[in-house]
Amino acid sequence: MNLDLIFQALGVCVVASPSLLLAIIGLMALAGWPLGERLLTRLTAAAVVFGMAAAVAILVLMLATGVRHVAIDLGDWVSIPQQHFHFHWKFMFDRLSVPFTILSFALCGTVGAFASRYLHREPGFHRFFVSYALFLLGMVISSLAGTIETLFLGWEFVGLSSALLVAFFHERPSPVRNGLRVWCVYRIADAAFLVAALALHHLTGGGDFDGLIGAGAWPEGHASISPSHALFVGALLLIAAAGKSGLLPFSGWLPRAMEGPTPSSAVFYGALSVHLGAYLLLRVSPMLELSPLLCAAVVVLGISSAIFGALTERVQTDVKSALAFASLTQVGIIVAEIGFGLRYIPLIHIIGHACLRTLQILRSPSLLYDYQQIENAIGSHLPHEASIWRRIIPPSVRAWTYRFAYERGYLDAMLDDFIVRPLLNVFRWCDRMERRWTNFLSGSEAADAVKNRPAESPLGWNGPEDAESPDLETDVLETGALETGSPDQEARETGVPKTGASSRGGLNASEDAAQVEDRS
Amino acid sequence: MPHLHLPWLELSVLIPLLGAVYLGLLKSREAAYRHCIVLCGLTLFCAVGEWIDFGVLHAFEAYDQWDIFGVVLHQHLFVVDELSAPLLPLAALLYLMTVMSTLRTKLNRFSFAWALFSEAILLATLSCREPSVIIALMAVATVPPWIEMRSRGHSTRVYSWHMGLFVLLLTGGWLLSPAAAPGPGEAVAITTLLAGAMLTAAALLRSGIVPVHCWMTDLFEKATFGTALLYVAPMTGAYVVMRIVLPIAPSWALHSIAIVSLITSVYAAGMALVQTDARRFYCYLFLSHSSLVLVGLELVTPIGLTGALCVWLSVGLSLGGFGLSLRCVEARVGKISLKRFLGLYDHSPTLAVLFLITGLASIGFPGTIGFIGAELLVEGAVGVYPLVGFAVVLAAAMNGIAVMWVYFRIFTGAVHTAPLSLSVRPVERIAVLILAALIIGGGLIPQPGVASRYHAAVELMRRRGGEPVEAAVEHAAVSWFPQRPTIALETAPEQTRP
Repeated sequence: MNLDLIFQALGVCVVASPSLLLAIIGLMALAGWPLGERLLTRLTAAAVVFGMAAAVAILVLMLATGVRHVAIDLGDWVSIPQQHFHFHWKFMFDRLSVPFTILSFALCGTVGAFASRYLHREPGFHRFFVSYALFLLGMVISSLAGTIETLFLGWEFVGLSSALLVAFFHERPSPVRNGLRVWCVYRIADAAFLVAALALHHLTGGGDFDGLIGAGAWPEGHASISPSHALFVGALLLIAAAGKSGLLPFSGWLPRAMEGPTPSSAVFYGALSVHLGAYLLLRVSPMLELSPLLCAAVVVLGISSAIFGALTERVQTDVKSALAFASLTQVGIIVAEIGFGLRYIPLIHIIGHACLRTLQILRSPSLLYDYQQIENAIGSHLPHEASIWRRIIPPSVRAWTYRFAYERGYLDAMLDDFIVRPLLNVFRWCDRMERRWTNFLSGSEAADAVKNRPAESPLGWNGPEDAESPDLETDVLETGALETGSPDQEARETGVPKTGASSRGGLNASEDAAQVEDRS
Repeated sequence: MPHLHLPWLELSVLIPLLGAVYLGLLKSREAAYRHCIVLCGLTLFCAVGEWIDFGVLHAFEAYDQWDIFGVVLHQHLFVVDELSAPLLPLAALLYLMTVMSTLRTKLNRFSFAWALFSEAILLATLSCREPSVIIALMAVATVPPWIEMRSRGHSTRVYSWHMGLFVLLLTGGWLLSPAAAPGPGEAVAITTLLAGAMLTAAALLRSGIVPVHCWMTDLFEKATFGTALLYVAPMTGAYVVMRIVLPIAPSWALHSIAIVSLITSVYAAGMALVQTDARRFYCYLFLSHSSLVLVGLELVTPIGLTGALCVWLSVGLSLGGFGLSLRCVEARVGKISLKRFLGLYDHSPTLAVLFLITGLASIGFPGTIGFIGAELLVEGAVGVYPLVGFAVVLAAAMNGIAVMWVYFRIFTGAVHTAPLSLSVRPVERIAVLILAALIIGGGLIPQPGVASRYHAAVELMRRRGGEPVEAAVEHAAVSWFPQRPTIALETAPEQTRP
């Protein structure tokens, strides 16, 4: 058996194991025969171990033989040869993809084992693992993608599973709204990605990364497009990366994502998903080198996100949100490193940061418990040392900075006020005009047919909220106001008291700032 | 031209037609429901048989075996070609799924006899290439929804105005066209222009293009969900475009259709985001997608046309399933207001999964049947005019947000308590599994479908201008300039009029 064949077999195993896991779990659920907890856990563990073993074997073989670039070509998924349209199934194993794939398997495996206990007898246990399998498959495909279309496929899987997991506790409105917010940002990022992929197709005649970054093994490849084209495509990919990694101005979704269960928060938004944008930039790094302007944009975006994350992290009132912004700080630094032309350091930074952050987030629920135990034992709050900044910075600047950080830079509010709401208002106006027009045509009888139509429930159930409550009429897309809405409102909606990452809603920022001033 | 091995086309029209008469005589609604499922199943069997038989022939078009109409009328009325071959089973499947997913509590509202009659008319329309017969069938197809709205005591003015105008434009356009009324050269040019404009306007009206789309929302509000769904989901407006408008329309007309379709797509995607009623939401979502199909059809490039034909099938299947899942939810909890969370996931997770799968397939999510079609469509659009491609991407992004928003509104966000079980019935589960298998299977193995659609696209382009494909491709790349109108009706040689 020659080396190529071994690589081919191992490469297929790496991709096939998460695919099989998803197929089995998904199909059984769809058929109405969901697997039991124990079987599901073992199946997940087996898929992760098998895939990871194959990936490690490829790494060992590559190190032993000195091969730096292995391409597994599975042929065309779709092709129209006459039009030179190909959708190529190609996976690449190189110094970038192999560590990232092994990292994905390792962290997903850890979190899978943790979740099997953490979510034991949770009603959504099975649902969690379906999304988990989708995420794992998405991460593996994204990491190993040899064409931009394949990367897009994995990218979309990661996006969908993320949105569903943020909304995991779906009996409450708040996680659902946050899940939708994440989905909205991802759709914008995906649209930019799709346009970039198409532009790349037209520029290089295909979506193959080899065509884009040259035949050299990563990171020594050289892009084969002009600097102006590199700037255009790179800018679109930068938007996609910013959306996926929660960089400015899309940072608002990051703390919202912490509304999901702790295991998913750990592996997605602390460890893997949040680094996917940086990974994309590393993958197309030869293209970045063509345009100094693009590199500068990457650096500026990275540094500004890092500063924003560092400021915001300090004023969060719950541990998961604080960790989310701490992640943003590190991701911002990683992106800046990429912009500065570094290649291996950002990769090492990603691996180190992902492992650390996973540990921190998995530890966070019990850490709070430990702190409470200590405080109970000593009979008071733990002492806090005043930082040096308190002596240097005047109180007014401190209060302003606090408010800015507390409101997360007003990013969500600005997006809502200046983009989402005006857009929706235009369409609402159009809707009203349409209703008037149909009213006019039908002699004003039937435009409100929906309202007049009798409830057609065969069970005689009309819903507990049939009397439409005006406080719920706010569109779900305009979630900026909802996230800061009072917990009482949510409790009214659901009957469940609000807890978790977004429970700071009742606090007023100015009051908080005043308290800080008082304390200082 | 080759013949099919059996008279699949005639059977697939006659079975529902005779079945409609039979069901009309039945007193028991329960019996009508059961017999309707059997009849729709038989019709689907014939339609699938036609598709397979046609695939075996490896021809662009084929006549029916033992063509009765051919003997009586001395011309082949029913012809299947690569465009219509997969549309027939799709339409039959939609009818079967709709009937299967009708709850017993809705048996008195949904007329099975009229549903079968509509199916017969639809399948006859899709099996027919003779413009005058298509126009007549399209006119007849407008009647069942009108009767249902009348019987439910709703105003039919909006529907009547729009459909009346549609029939008028279609008939007038056809009568003025040189194929129907040949004349001297100068007169032909003027009448062709007028006829083309009228036929284009009719097709746009039937497709619900802005600003003549209000009949669609009105229909969804006043008719039963099943009837409205079955009237719009097969996208017969696009079929009219392909059969009647495309062969005679000049490039500027196609250009205009593409632009207004694109505007409609973005506009409808935006409107879907602000709806508070699930039916209206569905209507706009469908409108946005069907307009995307029209955009692709009018690009007249091989890739764009292939993408549009693929999206046609994927949208028909996915949004048909999406509508059925909405209908199932509505049958259980009454009218669906999107102003509040319903939290139905725990009661009917299967419906939730179907809703999500079909919704994601409609927006071209990877791994579903819509993915490759959407990619091809955008690729074709970008190849002709980059801004069109960006607008298509924008519409797709907005539709994606809308689908997930409604999923969250209906299935999550609240703890729902119901005195009775809301879970799906076995027959509904079968429908869900069939749809999911088709959507995911078509997404995982897309090559056969794409190859077939590409072949159809190339043939359609060749027949449109009578030019070789290479020239058509080259022409399409610079096709946004006015050119001399061409008149090349898509008829078989023996059918060509003097």
